Amino acid sequence: MSSETVAVTLRVNGETTTQMVAPRTHLADLLRGRLGLTGTHLGCEHGVCGACTVFIDGATARACLVLAVQSDGAVVETVEGLTDAADPTLRALQEAFVARNALQCGFCTPGMLATAVELLRETPAPSRAAIRERISGNYCRCTGYHAIVDAIETAALRLAGHEPR
Amino acid sequence: MPALPGRDIAGDGNGVKAAALRYERASSLADALALLQRHGASATLIAGGQSLVPALNLRMAAPELLIDISRLDALRGVQVMTEGGSPRLRIGAMTRHAELGRSPEIARHAPLLHLAVGHVAHAAIRNRGTFGGSLAHADPASELPACALALGSRMHVVGHAGARVIDAGDFFIGLHQTALQPGEILVAVEVDVLADGFRPGFAELARRQGDYALVGLAAHARPIPGQMRFAAIAPVFFSVGARPLLAAAAARVLTDATIADADRLHLAQQALAADLDPPADPQASSAMRLHLARVLLGRVVAQLVGTPDVI
Repeated sequence: MSSETVAVTLRVNGETTTQMVAPRTHLADLLRGRLGLTGTHLGCEHGVCGACTVFIDGATARACLVLAVQSDGAVVETVEGLTDAADPTLRALQEAFVARNALQCGFCTPGMLATAVELLRETPAPSRAAIRERISGNYCRCTGYHAIVDAIETAALRLAGHEPR
Repeated sequence: MPALPGRDIAGDGNGVKAAALRYERASSLADALALLQRHGASATLIAGGQSLVPALNLRMAAPELLIDISRLDALRGVQVMTEGGSPRLRIGAMTRHAELGRSPEIARHAPLLHLAVGHVAHAAIRNRGTFGGSLAHADPASELPACALALGSRMHVVGHAGARVIDAGDFFIGLHQTALQPGEILVAVEVDVLADGFRPGFAELARRQGDYALVGLAAHARPIPGQMRFAAIAPVFFSVGARPLLAAAAARVLTDATIADADRLHLAQQALAADLDPPADPQASSAMRLHLARVLLGRVVAQLVGTPDVI
């Protein structure tokens, strides 16, 4: 039973791929171990830390909480894909994360970026409280979060055409 | 796309990985029921997977077979039903939390669910998790089972032998235990549309946003304008026992015309001692949980008797 694999076809960062996976394999392991997309980080592997946050069919999801077989037919975007596609929201966030020192070790950053991209797509000018609420599912053990909130706020202002403070 | 060498990339012993299992995607409700009947107790249904996959990864659950019902679109969506009874909402079991949160029908006709759903975990979880999955999982710390009980929901269940309806009051039995029998699938939940004068109240306390609540309260109530009294109230606490609990003694105090309005809230808070005997855990003692339940009752009563536009 354990050696049975099934075919999964999904579109990852604009390319369609078919992979044979064991049903127990979660999507993050498929992205990292098979497709080499190691920007999707694995922290807790039970949905708590948020480091593996990716987009599935346009909405964020924890890649450790989705079995690869469940993503058959799905459109998946990882931090690499958003970067390669020059996603303007991601670009503004990346620049603001650098400018505001919003990362230290960087482990949480891909998940933080995916979460923040979704927030800014939905809410162009979120309050600091709304930013904190949204990133509450993404653990950062370095920054103390203030700089991340600053960076997301800075990116929102820049995307809205305002010169950030 | 370049592929790394094929192997079981979930690895052999490193990390937090599910045990080996098989997977079937149900093509229809009938297919799901047939699969359940064929495989019996060795099979587990998977919907959004946001509670089940962590349990798989931690090997707290190790079913031989997963039957995926998350793509059964017939089980998805929110409809206002008018024929064959009083007007009601029918919420498909596979409706995702994020869809509940965005639904104008939910906001208008079941505002308690609208208020509560934003408290469920985090946005990325709400994008995947389903309403029916949360109810069937029956986690005593979950928001939505408490709301379903407060609203007097009716659970529509289908099994191989046919369909039946279970009142929410009979549905939640204990810790992750419901009245669902082996082989049955929760397909939809029906809730009466908001009746005149009824309002929602919701509050929970957690150490961090998105954590399971230390204590939570979902209430569906009809306040009497100008008074500190309710014509009807269903205050349902969660994270204070093995299942969501209706605080009947407190509700009696909140509706009793013989009690002075000035004394009412205090007496209702005292009455919670008869309704709740919260468990202790490393996060909170029993006494602390009872105290917090009283605090939440005060907050939710204030929400409920406030002016209608400050919910």
